[in-house]
Amino acid sequence: MREKQTVMKIEVVRNILEANDRIALENRAIFDSNALLAVNLMSSPGAGKTSLLERTIDNLKSELNLGVIEGDIQSSHDAERVAKKGIQVVQINTGGACHLDGNMVRNAFEKLDLSLINLLIIENVGNLVCPAEFKVGEHFKAMILSVTEGDDKPSKYPLMFRESEALLINKIDLLPYVDTSLDRIREESLKVNPGLVIFEISCKTGQGIMEWCRWLREKI
Amino acid sequence: MHEMAIAENLIKIIREEMKINGADRLRSVLLHVGALTAVVPEALSFSFGLIISGTELDGADLIIESIPLRGICADCGREFEIREFEFVCPGCEGTDISELSGQELSIIEMEVG
Repeated sequence: MREKQTVMKIEVVRNILEANDRIALENRAIFDSNALLAVNLMSSPGAGKTSLLERTIDNLKSELNLGVIEGDIQSSHDAERVAKKGIQVVQINTGGACHLDGNMVRNAFEKLDLSLINLLIIENVGNLVCPAEFKVGEHFKAMILSVTEGDDKPSKYPLMFRESEALLINKIDLLPYVDTSLDRIREESLKVNPGLVIFEISCKTGQGIMEWCRWLREKI
Repeated sequence: MHEMAIAENLIKIIREEMKINGADRLRSVLLHVGALTAVVPEALSFSFGLIISGTELDGADLIIESIPLRGICADCGREFEIREFEFVCPGCEGTDISELSGQELSIIEMEVG
């Protein structure tokens, strides 16, 4: 006799990333209880995240206690660069994953003394797509776009531009050598996210870094 | 390629729901994926197929329904589809737009048995 099979529909309605969202919320609560501001810093590879960190640390370390979580697929080069500045830093190697998630950040900050930090910058893996999808417990996201990447990125990678509170346009010292239009970057970014705060900077020359640091200082 | 991580999370939820409902065979799963997510449906299907291959879930269909990005203007109350990711009201050109849909990354329904 053939076994009777009943097909049943189960209504689920659950957010696929709910487990990560839950951990991110817990991380955020831990940051709040330590009265620290956490920033999730994102960009494509080579846009200048670590250089921005170095500049930011130089500018703010006399008045703030900074901490850094460095996310990379492999290597500890970035953490070594930042550690030279004499601040607390921990390296995450995602071992292939293209983004950080709540759990990786949790495991990393457990190695830091959060009670001694007012500003924690979490440098995400270089990637314009995936990091925007995963909350890690940050208070806000900031992103860098360098002028060598072109001015069409906001409409190609809208999620990151939409999710970020600040956009740093880096390498403006190279503008004479590229066809990128700053006006177009501004215009395209503001279409995706009208509230975006935009800084034009050069980590090479230091231009615009003061404005960024002042803004960051006011957020704390 | 974060679709692999998303597929892993999805499969965890599927297994939980199958256990809760005493189901042992999965036929299909329906997802809603919003236009503002950075998820490529083909990459998600590929990852899903790869993970379930050779497991008790092998053979299940993943059905992905794309949800358009819609917004509402805080200034004039107009509801509209946001095209080309331009968060600007077509009525009054207001820019204070809240998303009504398009951010979904959800499992909606499973067919088992």
